[in-house]
Amino acid sequence: MRALLSANAELVITIVKIALLLFIVLTVNAYLTWFERKVVAHIQSRWGPHRVGPHGLLQPLADGLKFLFKEDPTPAGVDKFVYYLAPLLALTLALTSIAIIPFGPAPIHLFGHDIYLGIAPLNLNIGILALFAITSLGVYGVALAGWSSNSKYPLFGGLRSSAQMISYELALTMSVVGVLLMAGSFNLRDIIDAQAHHPERGLFGWNVWRQILGFFCFFVAAIAETNRVPFDLPEAEQELVGGFHTEYASFKFAMFFIAEYTSMITVSCLCTIMFFGGWLSPFPASWTFTHYLPSVILIPFGLWVIMDGLRYETVFGRIILPGAGTALTLLGLALIVLPQFNNFIQAPFWFLSKVLIFLFVYVWMRGTLPRFRYDQLMAFGWKLLLPVSIVNVILTSFAILAKMQWSAK
Amino acid sequence: MTTPLIVFFVLAALAVVGAVSLILQKHPIHSALSLIVVMVALAGLYLLMGAEFVAAVQIIVYGGAIMVLFVFVIMLLNAGVEEHTSLSKMAGPPGLLLVLALAGFVAATVARSGASVQATTQTGALSSTKGISEMVFKDFVYPFELTSFLILVAILGATVLAQREKT
Amino acid sequence: MVPTNYYVILSAVLFCLGVFAFIFKRNVITIFMSIELMLNAVNLAFVAFSQALGKLDGQVFVLFVIVVAAAEAAVGLGIIILIARNRQTLNVERVDLLKL
Repeated sequence: MRALLSANAELVITIVKIALLLFIVLTVNAYLTWFERKVVAHIQSRWGPHRVGPHGLLQPLADGLKFLFKEDPTPAGVDKFVYYLAPLLALTLALTSIAIIPFGPAPIHLFGHDIYLGIAPLNLNIGILALFAITSLGVYGVALAGWSSNSKYPLFGGLRSSAQMISYELALTMSVVGVLLMAGSFNLRDIIDAQAHHPERGLFGWNVWRQILGFFCFFVAAIAETNRVPFDLPEAEQELVGGFHTEYASFKFAMFFIAEYTSMITVSCLCTIMFFGGWLSPFPASWTFTHYLPSVILIPFGLWVIMDGLRYETVFGRIILPGAGTALTLLGLALIVLPQFNNFIQAPFWFLSKVLIFLFVYVWMRGTLPRFRYDQLMAFGWKLLLPVSIVNVILTSFAILAKMQWSAK
Repeated sequence: MTTPLIVFFVLAALAVVGAVSLILQKHPIHSALSLIVVMVALAGLYLLMGAEFVAAVQIIVYGGAIMVLFVFVIMLLNAGVEEHTSLSKMAGPPGLLLVLALAGFVAATVARSGASVQATTQTGALSSTKGISEMVFKDFVYPFELTSFLILVAILGATVLAQREKT
Repeated sequence: MVPTNYYVILSAVLFCLGVFAFIFKRNVITIFMSIELMLNAVNLAFVAFSQALGKLDGQVFVLFVIVVAAAEAAVGLGIIILIARNRQTLNVERVDLLKL
């Protein structure tokens, strides 16, 4: 048994990584829905979920159970194969795109093997292209769902949604070309390394300053690509009853739901990798005292959770919250005491914080912005975003050429 | 039975099953889905051969744009199950004869070639993307510009063709 | 390593299946899809030979084939939409006269 494991070590490590990452991504998805409901509620001056578990933290669990136990009807007259295939396709593709994202530079040394953070191999030379390939296949989930439902509203919703997705896909891929020209490689790790050339500049070495146009194009195109507000007309309740997922009930709707939130997470990860330095710290490298920032955040937060939990209204909350708070405080203390663990946790900590900030911006926009009308949406994508991203490519190419000529003199 | 060989047989079987399914399915949307399976299997084969850029372009352009166009047209035209007509006299015996002749000719050619072309190691020292881009922009720059013109013509043509008649 | 012959045989099989579909299917969209299948089979042969000879010319040509196939698909599907609109049928056996 041990010999079999050590002979296929790479395969076993990859399978364990996949299982772990799948579990983490699905949990983050579930708590992203909680986060969204809470934040949108607070923007709208109400509480949001706060009954199921302390601060509503068990709401995703309740939602998951609901999705599992609700009746799953299949409408009459649907094309059964395509009807069942569409949510499966959407979910599979959304979850596959997480495999390409690297989460940290340094490997963990475990059982004599170097385990890198991220499922894709280190030298995946077409990193970002593979991600775009998976995104472009994601259009099928929506289009086939709309068509196979044998009903007007889903058909229109599906057609509109997939037309929107393929239009903004062009702007998405073109807006990234500037970053690729500057990094000289498709590999995501190389893109982050290209932003780490001047570690003393800290956050001013990130790509966002030099590619500000590309960043805005990418972010807006990404929101449209994931069908989020303000581009969510095809699935808005007031407009099209539910768009392409009208005829999909409990579990299949949950699959679409998870696919949408996962693609939101993927796009936020891409944004941070390409424009905000991925796992690089915003502080200059010489300020090594900033390595204690995770502890500085975790310990007061843990103490606050303990204090809040001790005065919580339900008994369950009075047990769970102080427990969670203690765990967080101990983690923060462990980071201070163990410098090796602290050094390792820096990269994933910054990566996850930046991704969380982007997810917050997504949810913030949902709470505040009205949605585009469909013709405004398509006009914006083709007549504004695509030309701007092409102009960005041209300007970047000229800038790189000028720099090459100037440094060659 | 090395791992590349096993992967090759799996992907090749997938491609052939997809192609046969394209022929046997009655509804055009199922044929389109089978063709997408063929294209993804072929992209996997390109990856196996080390042609990673071509594999990515195959999925992005063929699988993600051209086949989406097919699926849209099938949805918009509300294409239904194929009706069974046998009006054509060319399909049927003469067609079958021609297909068998073509298959036989190809099989004979492949069998006669034998082991004349052996596989070398992975393509070149240059990585696939860098090498291809150097070739496209240096040796093949005129065809590249011509294809951009071709795409412009195709866009104009498709726009004009799809317009409704001004009544 | 997988011998190049295997790829060429697979390409030939796919091409013949494409020709078979082209001759025997009646829906004009399916016929068009069989053309795409034939183009894909040829692309596979190109990439196989590019790997065998160690040069990248085959892959560059595959890029051009994909681009031309995209342009052809766009215009061809436009024509198919017009045929469907004017003849109200997608069966090629009914579209056999120039006269409507």
